[in-house]
Amino acid sequence: MSGTFVGMPAFPEAARAAVSDETLRGNLRHATHTIRAKRAKAVAEVADWAQLREAGKRIKDHTLRHLDRYLVRLEESVTAAGGTVHWAADADEANRIVADLVKATGEREVVKVKSMATQEIGLNEALEAEGIRAYETDLAELIVQLGKDRPSHILVPAIHRNRGEIRDIFRREMGRWGRPAPDGLSDAPADLAEAARLHLREKFLRAKVGVSGANFMVAETGTLVVVESEGNGRMCLTLPETLISVVGIEKVVPTWRDLEVFLQTLPRSSTAERMNPYTSMWTGTTDGDGPRVFHLVLLDNGRTDTLADEVGRQALRCIRCSACLNVCPVYERAGGHAYGSVYPGPIGAILSPQLRGTASEVDASLPYASSLCGACYEVCPVAIDIPEVLVHLRERVAEGGEAVRDGNKVLLRPAKGHAAERAAMRAARWAFARPGALRAGQRLASRTRRLHPRTLPGPGRAWTAGRDLPAVPSEPFRDWWQRTRGGRDGER
Amino acid sequence: MSSRERILGRVRRALADVPPGEDSPVERGYLRRHGEGGASKTVALLAENLAEYRALVHRCAVGELPGVVAGLLAARGARSVLVPAGLDEGWLARSDVRRVADRAESTPAELDRVDSVITGCAVAVAETGTIVLDGSPDQGRRRITLVPDHHICVVRVPEQVVSSVPEALERLDPRRPLTWISGPSATSDIELDRVEGVHGPRTLEVVLAG
Repeated sequence: MSGTFVGMPAFPEAARAAVSDETLRGNLRHATHTIRAKRAKAVAEVADWAQLREAGKRIKDHTLRHLDRYLVRLEESVTAAGGTVHWAADADEANRIVADLVKATGEREVVKVKSMATQEIGLNEALEAEGIRAYETDLAELIVQLGKDRPSHILVPAIHRNRGEIRDIFRREMGRWGRPAPDGLSDAPADLAEAARLHLREKFLRAKVGVSGANFMVAETGTLVVVESEGNGRMCLTLPETLISVVGIEKVVPTWRDLEVFLQTLPRSSTAERMNPYTSMWTGTTDGDGPRVFHLVLLDNGRTDTLADEVGRQALRCIRCSACLNVCPVYERAGGHAYGSVYPGPIGAILSPQLRGTASEVDASLPYASSLCGACYEVCPVAIDIPEVLVHLRERVAEGGEAVRDGNKVLLRPAKGHAAERAAMRAARWAFARPGALRAGQRLASRTRRLHPRTLPGPGRAWTAGRDLPAVPSEPFRDWWQRTRGGRDGER
Repeated sequence: MSSRERILGRVRRALADVPPGEDSPVERGYLRRHGEGGASKTVALLAENLAEYRALVHRCAVGELPGVVAGLLAARGARSVLVPAGLDEGWLARSDVRRVADRAESTPAELDRVDSVITGCAVAVAETGTIVLDGSPDQGRRRITLVPDHHICVVRVPEQVVSSVPEALERLDPRRPLTWISGPSATSDIELDRVEGVHGPRTLEVVLAG
């Protein structure tokens, strides 16, 4: 992925800083609790939610298992409808393709619809380096861009900001990017939305090039789908003369009919609405309506590496609804920035280390950024078993082993910092295989229990920093069982 | 090697565990629609859900349309209204608001100076409170229902109303540019709370005629 988060500390250090920020914690608690209750209500309204979830999972799995076929089909359909398809193996290639396409139009600015893929590849920075200004038009993205900030949530990148902070950013920064904030701007959400409307309108009306992602691409018809709320997406998708969409290869679905599942599950899971205010669907170009030129950039950037992992590939089912972030107790406290990626929260903890590999400190720490409570799995509308993948990735970090990076098989070495964990597991394996040794050890532990420290020394200190060491009983279970004949003697 | 070949090659190697010839059809155990109900119940549900997302809903007989449309434009104080080429002229027969034709050469800035727009629709979805535009002659190009701040959409009931999303997709042609609209423009970006009115029309009036 991009260099946006280079130098990011591992999750525990970043989270430690975040949890001591009381404003941040207040903002996150308020926002996630608001949406949680609403989502539950929106989902409960649909009697066949479990079946929709299962169908969504199966459609995505089926697509992934035949991804080559559907990508080729998509390319044919888009081309037949008047679009041009480009393939980008990594972020640099995607950025270069987009920059060249923009330059070919002679324009120096683009308007952008919120898109995770272009965040992931750092497109704005790459365009800036080529002298092209990219204007974010989603309200939350605008807040992040004006505040020179980083996104902290998939759906609402500025979730870490409250209304007062947003007002201050608008007052301070809007003038530098275009139309200044209205005088005396209040912190009422409706006034802030109005300020964004006024600020961006001049940009929409003069825009010649739009850049977007897509929520879905239909292989059968070549149709792209963008799901949004504000109308900024419609502006970027219909007013410019040239439209460039950068989309991850996992966003393809086989048939038009498949949309009937995701158009029901996505809005209810993300904004807790029966339907989001606007959904745009376009197939290539249409004479006299919308952009005359349409480019689709299909992005790999670690997705095929993820696909090669039979356990981890389910992360590619993700439809970016962000329900897992909103229910996660770790996300609620640590916030999105601690994850060091544009994909925060539970899905980020399994997606980032697969897309980027586990070489960096932050990526190696992400599979541990979870209590494995399973709330994420429960709410996921495509049933990604996030805890399963987390445990799988922990094993990969601690034990090393085979993985695919940039299309090549590599043998990962066990990560540093897990030596104590490995030693403990080896000792456990040895003891459990030898009943006599286990018994002797348990008795010794029981007899010396008054001498046990409350916390572990050395490398174990981190483990006991947040939890008590379990108390050892005065008598080992197996001794008790033998003495009382399994409790039948009635003696305790 | 082109990136296309590189990516497709990586995909095929990544899927080495998938047995050749595997092709399992996807089971679809979900419902085609939620709940039973006749046409009048479906239309009532549409009205209810549209209103919940802050669309202004009006009901009238087809014959009353010209009067209702004239009333809505007058109440809004609109001085100009965008009219798609294929719109039934009769709908505007009672209004003297200046008509602006949907012309290919009109710029976004020109559209921004028009007060209102009136269109038909392709289909309406009761369960979600959604109207869908497909660029047919009575709906015009996508931009005309986007830039003006006031959109009047006429839905012919009950024939244009379906219950559910699956039923709507069946009726739509994917080759046409489609816009699904559920209430006026809104955002949840400030503290995850919904606020109506950002970039699209801030007032959406839906007339259920029939």
